[in-house]
Amino acid sequence: MDAEAAKLLGAGLAAIGAGIAALGVGNVFSSFLEGALRNPGAADGQQGRLFIGFAAAELLGLLAFVIAMILVFVA
Amino acid sequence: MAESGKIDPMHQFAIEPLFGTDHLSIGGFNIAFTNSALYMVAAAVVLWIFVIGGMKRELVPGRWQMAVEYFTGFIKNLLISNVGEGGKKYIPYVFSLFMFILLANLLGLLPLGLVGVHPFTFTSHFTATGVLAIMSFSIVLIVGFWKHGLHFFSLFVPHGTPLPMIPVIFPIELISFMVRPFSLGLRLFVAMTAGHVLLKVLAGFVINSSNAGPGFGLTVGAASFVLMIGISALEVLVAVIQAYVFALLTSVYINDAENLH
Repeated sequence: MDAEAAKLLGAGLAAIGAGIAALGVGNVFSSFLEGALRNPGAADGQQGRLFIGFAAAELLGLLAFVIAMILVFVA
Repeated sequence: MAESGKIDPMHQFAIEPLFGTDHLSIGGFNIAFTNSALYMVAAAVVLWIFVIGGMKRELVPGRWQMAVEYFTGFIKNLLISNVGEGGKKYIPYVFSLFMFILLANLLGLLPLGLVGVHPFTFTSHFTATGVLAIMSFSIVLIVGFWKHGLHFFSLFVPHGTPLPMIPVIFPIELISFMVRPFSLGLRLFVAMTAGHVLLKVLAGFVINSSNAGPGFGLTVGAASFVLMIGISALEVLVAVIQAYVFALLTSVYINDAENLH
């Protein structure tokens, strides 16, 4: 396979990581909403933890984007 | 990368010297005043005006003072809930950090292209966010070693770790600690870069499909334009969330330095 073609394929494959990170972020927020609707009084106190979980799940999708950008523009 | 007739979504991140300072240098290092520096100054000046305007210390606060007090109170609550009472001394740092990143993200989203100025988001560069992350990380290291001395290393051995597990746990915790400045800076930089690239790609769809004829313009172009408006609203949300996440993670890391765990 041509090296350039392999790079672009790799960049496209990295988009799978972004999609899976979307699943992760959705899972974080859905679990939070599930809990928050059961006990709305406790929801506000957990927003910090919600965003820590969001940030951790999102980071992997962002890393996938970085890999795609490195493959397209740097490597 | 860009061919003729194509929209280059990466061009918006190009750093250009302004006001004829291309060859300004100190000790061999180029210190040209770039568009990145211009937007950093703009963010600092807007933040400065915002805070000065709210520091009248009136007994019955007006709208402006309420706005400033809302943000300082927000950061104060963030630090107290994450660090405890000892976190109050970090309010100036975390407040400046949060507001600076927030204003940088929002200034980069301003529709200044309408009047011919190209807005620049300096938080979409790892050099800028990396320095902010290193600042936060340095505070954690300095405070940690200052307060706890070499006892700070107990951060890498969680309570109740069985003795045979320590050689395994210690490197893992150490690596997860050392990776923090990278993940902190990388998150902000990539979130802003990805959003701006997405906006420019969609803008390219609108322009190219409209040029291809009214049929393409009305189907592809109009749909892309509606999507672009939605994504723009999402980008404002992302700008706020990423600034909040940066401040939140900084306060979580400061908690480690302040209280160990």
